[in-house]
Amino acid sequence: MRALLVILVKELRQLRRDPKILPILFLAPAFQLVILGYAATTDVRHVELAVCDLDRSAESRRLVQRFEGSTYFRVTGRVDDQNGLDRLLQDGTARVALTIPAGFAAERNAGRVGTVQLLTDGSDAMSGSAALGYANGVLRSVAAAGVRPLVELRPVVLYNPDLASRNFMVPAVLSLILMIMTMMLTAMAIVRESETGTLEQLLVTPLTPGHLILGKLIPYALVGLVEALSTLPVALFWFRVPLRGSLLTLLAFTVPFMLCNLGLGLLISTISRTQQQAMMLTAFVFMMPQIYLSGFAFPIQNMPKGFQLVTYLVPLRYYITILRGIFLKGIGIEVLWPQALALTGLGVAILLLARMRFRRRLG
Amino acid sequence: MSQPAVRAVELSRWFGAFRAVDRVSFEVGTGEVFGFLGSNGAGKTTTIRMLCGLLAPSSGSGEVLGFDVATQPHEIKRRIGYMSQRFSLYADLTVDENLAFWGGAYGLGGARLRERVAWAIEVGALASRRGTVVRELPVGFRQRLALGCALLHEPPIVFLDEPTGGVDPEARRRFWDLIDTLAAAGTTVFVTTHYMDEAERCGRVALMHAGKLLALDTVPRLKARFESGTVVEIACPRPAAAMRHLEGLPAVHEVALFGDLLHAILAAPGAASGLVAALEAAGHAPATVTAIDPSLEDVFIHVISRPSTGREQA
Repeated sequence: MRALLVILVKELRQLRRDPKILPILFLAPAFQLVILGYAATTDVRHVELAVCDLDRSAESRRLVQRFEGSTYFRVTGRVDDQNGLDRLLQDGTARVALTIPAGFAAERNAGRVGTVQLLTDGSDAMSGSAALGYANGVLRSVAAAGVRPLVELRPVVLYNPDLASRNFMVPAVLSLILMIMTMMLTAMAIVRESETGTLEQLLVTPLTPGHLILGKLIPYALVGLVEALSTLPVALFWFRVPLRGSLLTLLAFTVPFMLCNLGLGLLISTISRTQQQAMMLTAFVFMMPQIYLSGFAFPIQNMPKGFQLVTYLVPLRYYITILRGIFLKGIGIEVLWPQALALTGLGVAILLLARMRFRRRLG
Repeated sequence: MSQPAVRAVELSRWFGAFRAVDRVSFEVGTGEVFGFLGSNGAGKTTTIRMLCGLLAPSSGSGEVLGFDVATQPHEIKRRIGYMSQRFSLYADLTVDENLAFWGGAYGLGGARLRERVAWAIEVGALASRRGTVVRELPVGFRQRLALGCALLHEPPIVFLDEPTGGVDPEARRRFWDLIDTLAAAGTTVFVTTHYMDEAERCGRVALMHAGKLLALDTVPRLKARFESGTVVEIACPRPAAAMRHLEGLPAVHEVALFGDLLHAILAAPGAASGLVAALEAAGHAPATVTAIDPSLEDVFIHVISRPSTGREQA
């Protein structure tokens, strides 16, 4: 017990001694959250729209006004022939192009269906398809005007009524920051000791590998918790993401997630010889794939079956579900226990594996 | 005192096909200053790492203070001091913080820790630097601090792996005075070096080369292997060319360059007289040949150039 304390005191002294690490630990995460909170949004507003109105009738002008009237579109170009639209789409002036053919009003007045053409820039698939969806909505509302529909749909969006992607993304970004920081710091801290030779010196002392592992993990677990607490206010008060569940539950669920990250950090340190290697390994082997496979940006249910299975091994996946659940749905352990269980299981497994490798490497 | 502090029996370690340490056997008595002399890559560090329980032997066995290195490393670690060639200290901590940490790592605390830290500060002459961050400490101070850290728990034996690397001669001398003090107090000192002058200060010296232990004895007895008059120093104008010439003579066993002089080991004491004539006949006039007391380096060169006669003492 005292041996452990000795290591902890040393680790904290070293952290305090490094003038560069403190801002990285406690300011960078909040800063990162601010940037990502603004940048990581899938909301589409004010899509650039080019219009080619060949009909030039009151009807066609009213249709264009409908587009302008919605907050989703703004008209950035008007041309008189369709070749002009191509140019606007190519140089990026417009992302969606609307062509109203000559005779549109005449068709409508004759009681037939008026046809318009909508071109979308698919090179940015995400905002392209969103824009297409909005355009459809506008056109549907025009079509429905004056006609009594057979069925009236009254959609209600739960948990995030405005479908604000910020509410969805900020909790996920929070989990990313926590993961990156704890995993990388743990890995670097251990590799640094083996680089400078102090690890070897530690190994000729009566300290056991268990002491060494705990002595490294506990300080960085503390750092992770402080980090979580320092970034939370940004999420709550700056971005006003609603926290509907309990803060205590959130922190409690953070513990097994941290276990996974610390374990992965330890694992990385047993594979890397230098701090550079540890950093690259963290970034490309343990971080990026986790982000892609976590449902952070890409819905897991849209992935091929095999990949979906792999996501069950990704700790971040569970933690993102947990955070989104607690923040937006206000749920707790009664619903999230399978995730908590999975995280704990993964954490223990990773730690055991890392400990085995750590021992063998020291052997 | 019947039990040796260290005993190695056919101790070996190989990495793949490379035999870093090849069937090395020796004993170190309690209170002895035991030197391991060899060039880089001779297997000195690997041997020390095995004895400290950092590396498992591939074959053979080793005992430190009666504990087996392969099966009881924990017992050994508790009782030994170890200082590596890198002076493994925390560069971002102060002298006091390093001492407190390494003392704590050996389970020291309270009054005992304070007392031992005071001791390390005193013998290391570190009093004026207690609050200095190690990174800013001159190498000589760092070296004495590292030794202090390794001795906080008063181990009966201390392993020093090239402890004087990168240290100036004055600091080296001071360090060796410290080693003598330790030995006088009964601590067994096991030290590796590639400096001949340091090896001269050891009670017994093991010569190691390419993983093999080639000779092991006290320095005077190692030197006494040469009949008096068989080691000569030669001064002549072009020593490098003369060396090539001498190598071809049957009367000369070995010849090596020492600065701008040559040292030669002769087949028999009487051969010296013929050398001057032979050299001057070959155009190396004026040449002088003086019989000298062999240095440890002469012994070392002699031993490693005749590997077939190695492992003379088990």
